[in-house]
Amino acid sequence: MNPEEKNRASNADTQGQERDELNQIKHLLRQAVPPLPPAQLEPHTDLWPQLRSRIESQVTADQAASINPGSSGIRIRVHWFDWALAALATAALLFFPGIIPSLLYHF
Amino acid sequence: MDLQQRFVAGDLEAFEQLFRDHQRQVYAWIVRIVRDSAAAEDLTVETFWRIYRSRSLFRADGNFGAWSHRIATNIALDHLRKSRRETELPDDLLAPTSPDAAVSREMRARIRSAFANLPPKYRLVATLALIEDAPYEEIAAAAGITVALVKVRVFRATRLLRKQLGALSAEIGAHS
Repeated sequence: MNPEEKNRASNADTQGQERDELNQIKHLLRQAVPPLPPAQLEPHTDLWPQLRSRIESQVTADQAASINPGSSGIRIRVHWFDWALAALATAALLFFPGIIPSLLYHF
Repeated sequence: MDLQQRFVAGDLEAFEQLFRDHQRQVYAWIVRIVRDSAAAEDLTVETFWRIYRSRSLFRADGNFGAWSHRIATNIALDHLRKSRRETELPDDLLAPTSPDAAVSREMRARIRSAFANLPPKYRLVATLALIEDAPYEEIAAAAGITVALVKVRVFRATRLLRKQLGALSAEIGAHS
């Protein structure tokens, strides 16, 4: 047997082993977690009312937000680091008011 | 205007019709992945809710079934990620129709535990390809990956299961 034939034979062996391994695991898996029978592939209830009420409540919330933007219930989250920077800037302005004209000049 | 065009335009009746046409396939796909009927119902509603919200991204001449399967798969995968190790597989869906005498109750529990410990992306393809016998092409399209990647994941899932089950699989192989 030449090296090429040996390689081919060894590849075929490996593939055969992998297929056997796959089939064995498949068999074990299907014993522990069997495929679902057709009867269990259908929802127990009509899901449309649930979905419809979700859509309608969103539409109502959107309408309320467009009429009165303040009542939308949306809260803006500010990171603690931004609060710290804002506090630092305010403190700097309070204790060193002399920097205000230079800031105004630059901005 | 046809149904899908009306849906894209925001017509709720058209959406209801599309929902009724596709909810069974979507539910069946999700319940196969998550293997929990109550969770599958919630995830089906979530899938169609996301479909409705992102209707402007859908092309009216596109394949609604394929699009809904893709969204359903992503949502089911997220559910597997969140619920990993938190929940056991429910028993009502786990009774084998033709039990193998060589595989005892205890062995089944060990296999189930090894299966539940698989990383979600491997569990997804293992469930669909090995348990449900879904075609690789269908899994690839729904998961948004190539068929070659599905094969790789099936192979890795098999290796991981074999590693976790250790001597058990050889023992059963010898009996059967």
